[in-house]
Amino acid sequence: MNPKRKQRLLIILGLVSGLGIAVGLVMYALSQNINLFFTPTQIAKGEAPSAQMIRVGGMVADGTVDRDPQSLKVAFDVTDFDHNVRVTYEGILPDLFREGQGVVVQGRIHSGQFVASEVLAKHDENYMPPEVTEALRQSGKLDQMMGGQK
Amino acid sequence: MIPEIGHFALVLAFAVSICLAVFPLYGYLTSQDGFCATAKPLALLQGFALAVSFGVLMYGFLTHDFSVKYVADNSNLDLPWHFRMSAVWGAHEGSLLLWALILAFWGVAVALFSRGIPDHMSALVLSVMGMISVGFLAFMLFTSNPFVRILPFAPGNGADLNPLLQDPGLIFHPPMLYMGYVGLSVAFAFAMASLISGQLDATWARWSRPWTTVAWAFLTLGIALGSWWAYYELGWGGWWFWDPVENASLIPWLVATALMHSLAVTEKRGLFRSWTLLLAIAAFSLSLLGTFLVRSGVLTSVHAFANDPERGVFILGFLVVVIGGSLTLYALRAGKVSEPGEFAWISRESFLLFNNLVLTVMAVSVLLGTLYPLLVDAVGGGKVSVGPPFFNAVFVPLTAILVSGMAFGPLAKWRKSDDPKLYRPLIVTLIVSVLVGLGWPSLLAGSYSIGTAIGVTLALWLAIATVVDFQKKVGLYGGLATTLARVEKGMIGMWFAHFGLAVMILGVVMVENHTEHRDLRMGVGDAQRLGNYDVRMTDLAVINGPNYVADQATFEIYEDDQLFKTVTPQKRRYNASGMVMTEASIDSGLTRDLYIAMGEPLGDGDWAVRLSVKPFVDWIWAGAFLMGLGGFISITDRRYRQKFEVKKGEASGEEVPA
Repeated sequence: MNPKRKQRLLIILGLVSGLGIAVGLVMYALSQNINLFFTPTQIAKGEAPSAQMIRVGGMVADGTVDRDPQSLKVAFDVTDFDHNVRVTYEGILPDLFREGQGVVVQGRIHSGQFVASEVLAKHDENYMPPEVTEALRQSGKLDQMMGGQK
Repeated sequence: MIPEIGHFALVLAFAVSICLAVFPLYGYLTSQDGFCATAKPLALLQGFALAVSFGVLMYGFLTHDFSVKYVADNSNLDLPWHFRMSAVWGAHEGSLLLWALILAFWGVAVALFSRGIPDHMSALVLSVMGMISVGFLAFMLFTSNPFVRILPFAPGNGADLNPLLQDPGLIFHPPMLYMGYVGLSVAFAFAMASLISGQLDATWARWSRPWTTVAWAFLTLGIALGSWWAYYELGWGGWWFWDPVENASLIPWLVATALMHSLAVTEKRGLFRSWTLLLAIAAFSLSLLGTFLVRSGVLTSVHAFANDPERGVFILGFLVVVIGGSLTLYALRAGKVSEPGEFAWISRESFLLFNNLVLTVMAVSVLLGTLYPLLVDAVGGGKVSVGPPFFNAVFVPLTAILVSGMAFGPLAKWRKSDDPKLYRPLIVTLIVSVLVGLGWPSLLAGSYSIGTAIGVTLALWLAIATVVDFQKKVGLYGGLATTLARVEKGMIGMWFAHFGLAVMILGVVMVENHTEHRDLRMGVGDAQRLGNYDVRMTDLAVINGPNYVADQATFEIYEDDQLFKTVTPQKRRYNASGMVMTEASIDSGLTRDLYIAMGEPLGDGDWAVRLSVKPFVDWIWAGAFLMGLGGFISITDRRYRQKFEVKKGEASGEEVPA
């Protein structure tokens, strides 16, 4: 093998093994850092793992937002109109958070309650997170929702 | 009547783009110079037609023509005039028009500044850009026409621009970003043209290099502006969220960065030719993918619009045609690319290869993380999301690897560069950066942070190595003025960009590891200690803005019991849409930003308040600005204004920038 070919072969081998290692590490990092999405119904049925970081999406149920008068603690229900999940959170809620609005919360289940580390509401009023749309569709309440919103 | 002129101009541009896509290519394939010669006039005509179309839409916004649906949806009688201008690209249809206009603008630029390039080549380049234009204009005309009217009953007032976008950041961020995204189409078109013509030597690299650099510079500034805007407008003080749409701009940026460096090797040494072609294809394809992700709403993102899936299908189809077509052509022709020349294991070529390898891995991992939720969903694996921890886990170490190599590259010579003397200055660099880096965290309050020590070491390592390289050149040319006058501008650009990255890394490391942050409940009279400051809320008032009503809090900031500054963050409620927006107060400084934002009313006159001290946060954008500036300096080089001829001296490649 002439030196030039040998060099090229070595470079390609280096590239392939480098990429292989990188992809392997990336897949490992992915498996450690993905958050599964659950609907309130799935949680009520106990399908969601506890103590693992997950996401839950739905609507903030009317009349369920309770604030602690001393601190930034807040609790509210997220619903897909079949089941509700009680969510507790401490911190500042996003501007578009309100009752009847779609949200996605990220956190862990702790003794029957969902302790959120993050609450996401989207920046466009008409925009519904795809996960929430899906959750509402599964519970068969999407049409009812859409009819009510317009 | 006037909106119809805009609509007509858009149709005209579409017709012209079809001619531009077909005639020059036909002329080239049948060797008819007459057809080739249509390319430049057609490109100019297309630019003119789109400028008219764009101007008409802007006129509609400025004159409150609510009979145009797009204007009615995105403007309002109370909207200030400068936001009415930027509202033109504030939503889907108009931002596509901006995209098409900028693509046409790049076509005009190629037509005007390609005198040194053979006519058949510029004809092919413009033809390829015409094909892209056909796709986008068809998309606009058939699915997203901004000139659709509401007649005969035009509304008396508009629905208002999304309040989030009522910000100076929006005036500049999208045009800059699009200049970058779309500018990559020029490098793509050059690559395609050389594949079509079979002229696969290094000349295409020379031609497309300044275009790639300037597109990269725009992309850099566009992303940085977006990050800055997110920081003070929507992010609650964050500067990067690994949001899919942010990633969609970062991926082409990473690939374009690799492309810039690989083009240097191809131009100077004639190596990596097929790889460079592939990068040029990838960079533009990925920026199209970014457009697809933003416009189709397939991913959960702050940028996602409520959208009909038809549009997504169209862009996806377009994406398949562009990527599939270009890769097919590449597969057919790449076998003919010869790779002359050799290089030693330690040489500038090998360092640039290393750079390309790491940047590609970075781009691939960000792409994988961004698309993973889609892939899992597509195979029925349920809904998942990939969060910042993944991206940080992958991106941070790769950046460290990349930066460690960046000190060597500029010092190395082409071909063979294993003389240890070349790298001797790096010993001192290493010692200084490690000592200062290790010492740095102990100067800061709180526990010692290893991450900060490593990050600061890397930033210093890169910054000092860049200065060392600069000093070496000054020594070589004998004086600062001579160096700046004689050295290739690309070299100066590289110093700016590399130094800028060091500045940015320092900013990122400091703000990520040492931000002091409180969310708390405050009412009038409450005070809070924050770093070296005492923050006291002294007043709450209701303020009437032009198109909003705001709750405004007044905070007095004391430093050592001296009143240092009074700030007034607001919580605005926009009249037309009823949307609520946070206007944070930020006191910017060289070594820290003081960030105060109002959360929500908690009853009893109390508010949720966010207070942060963010050390060195502005260095992030200052660094990005230096990088972009470096890109613009590079293209001022005299040789880009001369006839493009391969000169003997340059082809041998002594002391040329990477």
